[in-house]
Amino acid sequence: MTDKKNNPIIILDMVDFSYNGEPVLEDITIEIDSNDFVAILGPNGAGKTTLIKLLLGFLKPGKGKISILGKTPIKARKYIGYVPQYSTFDKDYPIHVIDIVKMNTLTANSFFLSYKKEVTETAFSLLEKLEIQTLAYRNFHELSGGQKQRVLIARALINEPKILLLDEPTASVDATMEKDIYDTLKMLNENTTILLITHDVGFVSSYVNKICCLNRFASMHSVAELTGKSLFDIYSESSKFLQHHCNL
Amino acid sequence: MIMAELFSSIATYTFLQNAIIAAVLASIVCGITGTFVVVKKITFISGGIAHAVLGGVGIAFYLSMPPIIGAFIFAILAAITIGLVKLKANQHENTVISALWAMGMAIGVIFMYLTPGYSTDLLSYLFGNILMVSSTNLYILAGLNVFIILIVLVFYRQFVAITYDEEQARLRGLPVNFLYILLLCIIALTIVVLIQIVGIILVIALLSLPAAIAGLYTKTLHAMMFSAIGLGMVFTLSGIAISFSLNIPTGATIIIICGLVFLIAINISRFIYKKN
Repeated sequence: MTDKKNNPIIILDMVDFSYNGEPVLEDITIEIDSNDFVAILGPNGAGKTTLIKLLLGFLKPGKGKISILGKTPIKARKYIGYVPQYSTFDKDYPIHVIDIVKMNTLTANSFFLSYKKEVTETAFSLLEKLEIQTLAYRNFHELSGGQKQRVLIARALINEPKILLLDEPTASVDATMEKDIYDTLKMLNENTTILLITHDVGFVSSYVNKICCLNRFASMHSVAELTGKSLFDIYSESSKFLQHHCNL
Repeated sequence: MIMAELFSSIATYTFLQNAIIAAVLASIVCGITGTFVVVKKITFISGGIAHAVLGGVGIAFYLSMPPIIGAFIFAILAAITIGLVKLKANQHENTVISALWAMGMAIGVIFMYLTPGYSTDLLSYLFGNILMVSSTNLYILAGLNVFIILIVLVFYRQFVAITYDEEQARLRGLPVNFLYILLLCIIALTIVVLIQIVGIILVIALLSLPAAIAGLYTKTLHAMMFSAIGLGMVFTLSGIAISFSLNIPTGATIIIICGLVFLIAINISRFIYKKN
């Protein structure tokens, strides 16, 4: 594998964003390299969701520039697998797990009812990879939190994304499941760049190689450079720094 | 005894035969479209489209055109307008929809007032009169049925994608806005069909209740559609039979049956849910 270090695939350059004049993100300058595993940490209201929406091209920065694989966020969408929080899904919608995964292969030219055989095969092999193949014909809302998370990861993977973006993947799952999900992500990290957003410091430290502390401003830390310090220290120092910086 | 009388009446009277065909046609589109309305939770938007239709009916009466043409035009206009409001305006969308809802009805009332000698037709559009469906209207209903089924077949997977997870559909590059407005137009056409059966005031119940009941026990969207079609047929046909036997209004009878079954079904499902 070629070493793509110092060849960042996501670049945020002096990005500002505000809602109705209220600044949410300021001066965000981040570089993320190929095959990084980054945790974006921050308290509620720190601008984590806004950052995701900027990366997905749902919002446009007020100032600054975002470049993903050298493209604008909207043009880079096909290279990104997005895993939203499962709690946002309508639990009354009758749909099988396998159909949720296959759905992500649709394009504007997907007419009539059936999927290609290859799509179904790929979907099943992804469920197998994530060890949830027995759930293929179960209803999404009957699953546990951890299982739902895996389904959404499988859905994101079916397009072979270069970047995987996860919004609080371990929110409301128990500690064992949390570790399982991080193990799965670590496995995927071998050929995918991963960004995940979380507000709990917990396990994440032993899996990621970079931490981005976010609270309106952002500061990036490499885990390798910060030996001897626990993630919690980094995080609390960083949030003190950020609080100071923001005059909070 | 009553059943025997009913069957001999069906054999004798064309209007009863027409009513039964109309009920079956309505149940089919109602099950398909109603399922999308229920899972996407857009009953309020559908109500807006349905009530705006009265404006078209009023203008059609005034111009001595067939009312179904006016209903058709206003339903589509309302669907597109409400769709654009929903997509563009993030705030006050419910207020805007309520305004269109009421303005459609107000236009209808004014034009009906201006139409010389208007009478029972207004009531039959407000509350439906399945026993007065003409053979011409049956052809129109059949045509609308074919069109609605065809569009849903062609765009089925894309409709599922935008109703299940609109954000992801947008990320995948599906034409979400186009599909959303197309879906609203399909709802509008279905409403035109259903108004023949139960009228503008009661149409939302017929559109949403069979699908809502089906949603309580089905695990896939297509199963929900087929169940809703079956339930719709049972409700409309038994409504025709009961109203004919008791000599009471058919549309209202159908809606009372729908409503009662829905209330019973939702309580049973809660009971089962609690037990598990």
